[in-house]
Amino acid sequence: MHVSITSQTMLPHQYRVQRVRQETPDTFTLELHPMSEASAIRFVPGQFNMLYLFGVGEIPISISGDPRKSPTLVHTTRAVGTVTKAMRGLRKGDILGVRGPYGSHWPIASGVGRDIVIIAGGIGLAPLRPTLYSIVADRDKYGRVILLYGSRTPIDILYRRELESWRSRFDLEIYVTVDRALKSWRGDVGVVTHLISKAPFDKQNCLAMICGPEVMMRFAVMELLKRGVPDDRIYISMERNMKCAIGLCGHCQFGSLFVCKDGPVFPYPGVKDLLSKWEI
Amino acid sequence: MERLEIHDLSALFSVLKQDGYQIIGPTVRESAIVCERIQSVDELPAGVTDIQRPASYRLAERHDNALFGHRLGPQSWKRYLYPPRLQLFQAARTEKGITISPPTNGGAGDLPKYAFVGVRPCELSAIGIQDMVFARGTYVDPHYSAVRARIIVIAVNCTDPGETCFCASMKTGPQTESGYDLALTEVISAGSHLFVAQSGSDVGKELLARLKAAPASAEEIQRAEDLLDRASEKMGRSVDTYRLPELLHANIDHPQWDELDERCLSCGNCTQVCPTCFCSTVEDVTNLDGTEAGRWRKWDSCFTLEFSYIHGGCVRATTKSRYRQWMTHKLASWVDQFGTFGCVGCGRCITWCPVGIDITEEARAIRAQSTLLSTSSKGEM
Ligand SMILES: Cc1cc2nc3c(=O)[nH]c(=O)nc-3n(C[C@H](O)[C@H](O)[C@H](O)COP(=O)(O)OP(=O)(O)OC[C@H]3O[C@@H](n4cnc5c(N)ncnc54)[C@H](O)[C@@H]3O)c2cc1C
Ligand code: SF4
Ligand code: SF4
Ligand code: FES
Repeated sequence: MHVSITSQTMLPHQYRVQRVRQETPDTFTLELHPMSEASAIRFVPGQFNMLYLFGVGEIPISISGDPRKSPTLVHTTRAVGTVTKAMRGLRKGDILGVRGPYGSHWPIASGVGRDIVIIAGGIGLAPLRPTLYSIVADRDKYGRVILLYGSRTPIDILYRRELESWRSRFDLEIYVTVDRALKSWRGDVGVVTHLISKAPFDKQNCLAMICGPEVMMRFAVMELLKRGVPDDRIYISMERNMKCAIGLCGHCQFGSLFVCKDGPVFPYPGVKDLLSKWEI
Repeated sequence: MERLEIHDLSALFSVLKQDGYQIIGPTVRESAIVCERIQSVDELPAGVTDIQRPASYRLAERHDNALFGHRLGPQSWKRYLYPPRLQLFQAARTEKGITISPPTNGGAGDLPKYAFVGVRPCELSAIGIQDMVFARGTYVDPHYSAVRARIIVIAVNCTDPGETCFCASMKTGPQTESGYDLALTEVISAGSHLFVAQSGSDVGKELLARLKAAPASAEEIQRAEDLLDRASEKMGRSVDTYRLPELLHANIDHPQWDELDERCLSCGNCTQVCPTCFCSTVEDVTNLDGTEAGRWRKWDSCFTLEFSYIHGGCVRATTKSRYRQWMTHKLASWVDQFGTFGCVGCGRCITWCPVGIDITEEARAIRAQSTLLSTSSKGEM
């Protein structure tokens, strides 16, 4: 009469760390490989995984690698608290728990034949990088492809070498700005939203995807709307506390939405009203 | 419909036990009625009732010997289907690395078979609401679904609702409509004490057959119906549900929330007693030498600061934003999420709030001072 069941939906798979790369003083990238073929994860750009660190905790982290390189998973994490700081200690060969992929994704298919405008602030570039991989792999399908990226200081710029190599292509436009810099920095200084008015894209026929701190996303949306981008061409990725990622723990609620399963990527009209209110 | 006498109820308990069920029912413990494991009909709260008001609960004697003449105590059936603490998995560190496996004990390992005896209509609705959350979505909670699939529900209709009850306006009671195996209505009159029983499933039908229950007479059925008709009138409170979700969504900036900021202690009692609240958090535990780790799920409350914490601060830092989140969830966003209200009108949050905040009054105040929908037009929803 005793039936044994598990909470499979919350049970992580074992993944082995293949590579650790220090991106900036506080941000690192893990390359992970599943320990069994059955637990390989296929994802779409914009989705995230729950990463479990033995005995410490489990956190939502976006998938920042190339979707075509599955089953290798790439996660870029900024060390800010208990779990993320402990994760910084992981080395090649260590084991991590992974479950996913979860959540909605960037609507890249709807960008075919249009200009692509990607706006990222800080670690917000991580969940957007897979879209760049997908777009670059299919470059002919899109119009202009523009990345506007804002970082705190020049040493905080993520994926620097990759950005430099993308910037050297004639078919990608990469603009980087920093909040503050020493004299040696030759690039833009100022918030990323200032780049929006200067960037050359077809405002009527574009797809804008934004990820960064909530205030930055609000201002970015305002700038896009001011330029005349229709609101349903704008997508943002939201962040909320998450404990389960499967719509059961209640933590990620944002009005009637569950950020974990209805998001994290939302079309702007769907969250417009909520974003304008306090403490939702 | 059949009729059961007290000795038939005892026979029902025996049958359930024979079939391997743990009987969970109302019983008096430490000056309150709780839902606990019981063995016999003698443990039911005969002749006991309760007086409930905002921030006040106390037991009292009835003038009759009714077994179900009380209302809801602080606990709901929720704790049996969705335990306050449940292990999700365990992990071990060995020379070879780390293993992660399903829990073996203290967690979801051994599944009990419960017979819930004395489930009130609003409580049955609350179970239906949690079914939507845990068992009907894209992801299901396997523990909930497995325990849920094995329960037997003996519902008891409410003939004597209390001061803080408002199930009639939430359309969840005082009479149950579905979801039960058996539904009983207790009928007491001079010289007779019986239950009019209605089966709601094959399991229920079979139970009645095994008890060799006699059919209820037309008069007995009529008496039960009269009692239930009058029950709604005894209910102390009500909520006007006319376009209520719309009303609350439109009043995110209502001054009443500032007023609540002053009164609410953010203690979370309301969420702990609520039969529909489903929020949980997780806890990681390790042994002393760090070779074993476990991950547990625990009930949580949207009234805590940590609940909405993300790096840089809490999303809902003020008490008013947390009360607003809770109440707007119950009466508005729940409808968008799951197609029903998240409140069944059980009144527990009113009784157990230490400062007596009353969700029905708050809803009324918001409607009264709202330019939108300040008057209800009857008959529409
Ligand atoms: C969908 C999604 C995708 C994310 N992708 C990335 C990413 O690619 N890279 C990255 O560096 N960060 C990402 N984050 C943020 C990351 O999850 C948090 O930085 C992390 O949870 C902090 O955990 P901690 O234990 O180190 O911090 P602490 O401050 O010690 O955390 C305490 C508690 O709050 C929770 N918490 C704290 N900050 C956040 C937060 N920002 N979001 C959600 N929960 C939080 C933690 O889970 C923990 O339960 C993402 C968040 C979400 C929701
Ligand atoms: S919100 Fe209050 S009245 Fe409604 S179901 Fe929960 S505890 Fe009962
Ligand atoms: S409403 Fe009452 S019970 Fe709920 S958190 Fe506030 S003070 Fe506590
Ligand atoms: S993270 Fe648990 S419900 Fe969304």
